[in-house]
Amino acid sequence: MLTPSLPVRSALAVVLLICASAAVSAATVAQRTLANGMTIIVKEDHRSPVAVSMVWYRAGSMDEVSGTTGVAHMLEHMMFKGTAKMPAGEFSRAIARAGGRENAFTSRDYTAYYQQLHKAKLPLALELEADRMVNLTFAEEEFAKESKVVMEERRSRTDDDAHSQLYEQLMATIYIANPYRSPIIGWMNDLQNMQLADARGWYEKWYAPNNATLVVAGDVEPDEVFRLADKYFGEIPARVLPLRKIQTEPGQLGIKRITVKAQAELPYLVMAYHAPVLRDVENDREPYALFVLNGILDGSDASRLNRELVRKSRVANSASSSYDLINRGPALFFLDGVPAEGKTVANVEAALREQIRVLVEQGVSDDELRRVKAQVTASQVYARDSVYYQAMRIGMLQTVGLPIDSSDLQVKKLQEVTADEVREVARKYLVDGNLTVAVLDPQPLDGSKRPRLTPAGGGHDQR
Amino acid sequence: MTSARIACLKGLLGAACLAATATANATLPIQHWQTSTGARVLFVETHDLPMLDVAVDFPAGASRDTPEKAGAAALTLGLMRGGAAAFGEDEISQRLAGIGAEMSGRFDMDRAGYGLRTLSSARESSEALTLLAAVLQKPTFPQNVFDREQQRVLADLREAESRPEVIADRQFRRLLYGGHPYSRRGSGDIETVAALQRDDIVDFYRRHFTAGDAVVSIIGDLTRSEAAAVAEQLTAGLARRVQPLPPLPAVTQLESGHLSRIAHPATQAHILIGQPGIKRLDPDYFALFLGNYVLGGGGFASRLNEEIRQKRGYAYSAYSYFNPLALEGPFQIAVQTKKDTAQDALKVAQDTLASFVAEGPTPQELDAAKQNIVGGFPLRIDSNRKILEYLSIIGFYRLPLTYLDDFPAQIERVTLDQVKEAWARRIHPDRMVTVVVAGADTH
Repeated sequence: MLTPSLPVRSALAVVLLICASAAVSAATVAQRTLANGMTIIVKEDHRSPVAVSMVWYRAGSMDEVSGTTGVAHMLEHMMFKGTAKMPAGEFSRAIARAGGRENAFTSRDYTAYYQQLHKAKLPLALELEADRMVNLTFAEEEFAKESKVVMEERRSRTDDDAHSQLYEQLMATIYIANPYRSPIIGWMNDLQNMQLADARGWYEKWYAPNNATLVVAGDVEPDEVFRLADKYFGEIPARVLPLRKIQTEPGQLGIKRITVKAQAELPYLVMAYHAPVLRDVENDREPYALFVLNGILDGSDASRLNRELVRKSRVANSASSSYDLINRGPALFFLDGVPAEGKTVANVEAALREQIRVLVEQGVSDDELRRVKAQVTASQVYARDSVYYQAMRIGMLQTVGLPIDSSDLQVKKLQEVTADEVREVARKYLVDGNLTVAVLDPQPLDGSKRPRLTPAGGGHDQR
Repeated sequence: MTSARIACLKGLLGAACLAATATANATLPIQHWQTSTGARVLFVETHDLPMLDVAVDFPAGASRDTPEKAGAAALTLGLMRGGAAAFGEDEISQRLAGIGAEMSGRFDMDRAGYGLRTLSSARESSEALTLLAAVLQKPTFPQNVFDREQQRVLADLREAESRPEVIADRQFRRLLYGGHPYSRRGSGDIETVAALQRDDIVDFYRRHFTAGDAVVSIIGDLTRSEAAAVAEQLTAGLARRVQPLPPLPAVTQLESGHLSRIAHPATQAHILIGQPGIKRLDPDYFALFLGNYVLGGGGFASRLNEEIRQKRGYAYSAYSYFNPLALEGPFQIAVQTKKDTAQDALKVAQDTLASFVAEGPTPQELDAAKQNIVGGFPLRIDSNRKILEYLSIIGFYRLPLTYLDDFPAQIERVTLDQVKEAWARRIHPDRMVTVVVAGADTH
């Protein structure tokens, strides 16, 4: 991760274990709020003399308005372009000289900045983050160059990738009103027309201590981190944040279908269903049942989709499902597949629908349920091997508005899910009235354009 | 390295080594011994988390493919979990899921093997290790699974071969390595994969997955004696090596430069520049590695990033790296930029490389590179997963067991003159392979 990255939530590639929201034990998490409203969270992990520091802003692409899509991510890039004290590039150089690694990421829900370093260098990371929370310089020249960089990023991630294009079009079809409809990186036209003032406006609106959370994980003492946080961030004044309006998506009135033509060899099909999201860790039931349903369909190689569509009937080259129960906005349940040789997207859709029918009619077995729960339990332990990941999970929970100490409770709730509940959420949510289907109609390179790998003369040939 | 360890590496049997391998590494107490069948074992005991990570690697990577059967190595590895001992394909997956264990293939130019992550509790670890032992030692390669996976690989290849980054990588390898095994991709080619038979897979497995060539890496919540038993369990049933694998042929350096342009409709041009680079056990390893931080390995702190991205806005990604292998793995510069700027970006990359090789880093740059690499050393070994990978590399390439302890000092010791001298002697800007995919449309 050498450059600011953008976790386009390719919901199609998320695996069960990564979704385990409960992956971090809350046993040693300490939390304070500074006088200016900034939240400080410390997770101790004394296995190695390292620390990760993350500053999370509760502002992502879902907070953007039409015409300036991509501005959250653009500002993320500008955050590396200097303050009065640390001119453009100096932030990165200072962290590098301290032996650190650093980057940032923007999602639909949030923007976050992090440094991984030796624990003795933690004060430097906090000092520099506090500096750029308020003192960012917005130079026209830097902005002009960085918007080109972002457009290259978009070409690389989306425009030259057929599945990314499909996913982008799919989201814009699923949602009519909800801002999840726009791509995190922004529409190309918006990027081309973006002004420095847009980025500055975004910064002034959202980059305030009362809209931020500092998460520090690693070989640190909470009291010392609180002291440092107060020292560096405590002086920054709170600001009145813009009113966040609730944008409820109007009800879907029937199945939606789109076709995307893009350069690729193989067709591809995605089915996306509206599904509930986790809001109340204690009292919600359905999100946990959907999480388990996802595990039963695609938690391992022996889960239903792979076993039935890929191994047994061989209708698909690959088939998977995904569901992310933790979002600020609404959730989706995805099914997808690549047809096998001689099969079509229609065959794959029929096979996926057949799996839903079987599940709704016959339910799930105790063995299947047990396997998913065992994976949840184990993944909670495995997650503790990565200091970075522990900080990441805490930051997500906090930013999305769920209790950061709810991890163990979430695991407990997942263990309580019954076979009937799984069957019931499948019956209730995997229905046509909730569904958007997207099909990739591949446009292969034509014969004349197909690359020839014989060298075009000059220099040495194949040796 | 103590003499006891040398004795072990030279092939004394396990029992003789077991007594003499206690180590006193400052950074990581790596224990090392051989199993009764001659597999090399590296072990770090840590009880912080109730879990354990194991990797078993063999010299069975892409470079062990023959030109006619390219793709056999990768397919063999993938098919090993398609049925083993009495376990069918679904049963292996279901049993692993049932205990929350994760088993995954590990594959590169030199190495192939399996990694396993499991809870360390008795029931879970015992079941997981039984499955791994079966996959490594008793794969059955069912014909129907072979047929299906062959078709899947072919479909993936058809998709991949339309992708500009794949086309660029393939051409780059060919021009860099000619007929050498390092020119081959792990996936093989459509024609060679289509021609593979189940017997080819059985044969590849039999020749490459032998006890004497196995490297077992273990870290986690188990004792030394438990680790010894695990290593035996995973290797005792492996075939004995009938004859040593033939050494890979030497890599020949490029005699002249070569520019290859390939048309493609993508919006971005993919630019690769490079030459054969360094070996794992290379006397110039640290001088070249350190220098590369300054050239293109140090993220925002590197010259390539500064010149191509930060000064000109040409690219999101611009970097260089060495991929050290058993022999000289590639040195590569990679840039992606829209077609309009491809020619300029290529020139900037070439000029940046040429001036770096001619002049070397400044004292300030070298100092900053050392500060980052030495200061950031703890980040390289801050999780069991990362340590496991180092154990595998140390074991496979027979690096000193003190490799990690010595690493910061080795970096500190490199002088400016050594960096300049090594780059001038080893890296030849006038004899680079350059591949530009999508570039032809600009002419």
